[in-house]
Amino acid sequence: MIKMRGIRKVYDTGRIEVEALKDVDLDIKGGEFVSIVGPSGSGKSTLMNIAGCLDVPSEGTYELDGESVEGLSMSQLADIRNRKIGFVFQAFNLLPYATAFENVELPMMFGKVPARERRKRARELLERVNLGDRLDHRPAELSGGEMQRVAIARSLAMKPKLILADEPTGNLDSKSGAAIVDLFEELWKSGTTILLITHDSTVATRTNRVVYLKDGMVRSQAREMAADMKALKERKRLDTMQ
Amino acid sequence: MRISLTIMAIIWGTLSITMLLAFGEGLKRQLEKNRRGLGDGILIVWSGQTEKPYRGLPRGRPIWFKRDVIDYIRDQIPELEAVGGEYMNWGREITYGEKTISEKVNGVLPDYEFMRSLYPMPGGRFLNKLDIERKRRVVFIGNQLRDELFGEPGSPGYTDPVGKMITISGIQFTVIGVMQKKQQMGMYSGPDWSTAFIPITTFETMYNRRTLNNLVLKPKGVSQAEFIKDRLYQILSSKYQFDPADKRALSIWDVIESARTMNKVMVGMQIFFGIIGGLTLIVAGVGVANIMYVAVRERTAEIGVKMAMGAKRGQVMAQFMLEALLISAIGGGLGLFISFAIAAALGAIPVQSEAMEWLGKPTISVPIALVTIAVLTMIGLISGYFPARKAASVNPVESLRYE
Repeated sequence: MIKMRGIRKVYDTGRIEVEALKDVDLDIKGGEFVSIVGPSGSGKSTLMNIAGCLDVPSEGTYELDGESVEGLSMSQLADIRNRKIGFVFQAFNLLPYATAFENVELPMMFGKVPARERRKRARELLERVNLGDRLDHRPAELSGGEMQRVAIARSLAMKPKLILADEPTGNLDSKSGAAIVDLFEELWKSGTTILLITHDSTVATRTNRVVYLKDGMVRSQAREMAADMKALKERKRLDTMQ
Repeated sequence: MRISLTIMAIIWGTLSITMLLAFGEGLKRQLEKNRRGLGDGILIVWSGQTEKPYRGLPRGRPIWFKRDVIDYIRDQIPELEAVGGEYMNWGREITYGEKTISEKVNGVLPDYEFMRSLYPMPGGRFLNKLDIERKRRVVFIGNQLRDELFGEPGSPGYTDPVGKMITISGIQFTVIGVMQKKQQMGMYSGPDWSTAFIPITTFETMYNRRTLNNLVLKPKGVSQAEFIKDRLYQILSSKYQFDPADKRALSIWDVIESARTMNKVMVGMQIFFGIIGGLTLIVAGVGVANIMYVAVRERTAEIGVKMAMGAKRGQVMAQFMLEALLISAIGGGLGLFISFAIAAALGAIPVQSEAMEWLGKPTISVPIALVTIAVLTMIGLISGYFPARKAASVNPVESLRYE
């Protein structure tokens, strides 16, 4: 599904160049449930943006679903995002003035799905995430967990092959977070490839592969990762003690 | 709140452009009506003094029009629809019953009715051919003259003047008609509403006059005025023996030409009004662009999400363009509606004061409405385009990062 070779991404801020990704090789097969973990500033989000065709690498090649995305126009990339990728964000990013139903319809409007089919599918998807009774609710009238479920229903609207989730549980309490991860697991079981960015080790352990990213590189050493995880936990412990 | 203020601005802009244009149009129509009061498309000719010696005749020789010149011109210039001449006598005593006033008496021909827009009110008539032939003692009076002698219609003591006898310079006349009220702006010898019109032949005998004060000519077509002016110099110079190039021998007031000049002034005025209104609307358009920019900035995250879901540049732009157009359309629609309401309201108020009558009534014509709509659409599109372009250039990566 995803094949990255020698991906390098440099942000030119004008005065200094920031190398967000150094030399990333990443392979994710269809049907995998993978999490990417790593400290902040490790390049997780950049990797995610490139995987989601929101951004293009400075160097290296990226093939999505067997197709190279190199040299595609803005409009062609938009098309790929629409048809092949579903996004789930930490802040849910639902349109505040639109109902749950309309939010799910939105990608299908960009994808020019006929109205009748669009409505049918939006309803089905919201029922699938157990929000069949919340169709006409606006985001402000929903709980965090419910909003994220609407966002997941929206990400599934165009039947994408790949779901990219950026800290999907970051703004949720542990219970709703767990329910969201359950939902991802369910989607994975029904055949969707899922790539998930997380800080949360409990979330990461529920995926079938963890990719550890640090300083813009994929680290294979489990020990290093374990040490970082330990440090992270220690810091959290200290934070809670204060 | 922001949107309603912007809509107000658009309403105000629309209102000012339509009302300014509408007042301009009303004024134009009013002036046209006033001009018609003098007579539509006529030439008025006065005789003057020669300025150049001609065939042994000295300069400074006055030209006098006698009544035979009317038939002579009619024969020589078939392009004229009508030819008339008139005698005038100012400050004549006119008496009805106990009331005596001092006003102008005109000796005219029947053609004057349509040449100079002297139309009778129902129940009366203008002078006719028989009145001229038989030198009848009949009179057609201006409406203000009627008011002074007989009272205003409806007021106590008012009597219908038609058929009544009045005395003009000591001679009895029968009133045969009263002039319909009209607006008259151009005049060369005093307003028609306070004049008594009697047959030209009666006038000659009564005051023993043979020299016409002036001629009035009406060309068949407006475009023939220039040709007729040239012809007039030719034929009158041979009749009265003056140099055809001697411009001072005759003076001609071309009502058509002055109307044309007036029209140009009016069009210029309307363009000026339109520009002022348009500028107001442009200021409102800047307001629309401004709130659209704010909207783009506020919705950066939303735009980013839409892009992530596969919205193309055009789809993102369309949303903001439509929004700007919608604001313009709502504001413009309300503005037009209010303008129509104001125009209708002002149109319904009966005109009382003279000033109002001169100002005219605001008239929203189809072209005015179309111009306004076109300007509004332009402003909507332009004020939407730049913010929309900004929206489309949002970088989804950056817009999604800060949330």
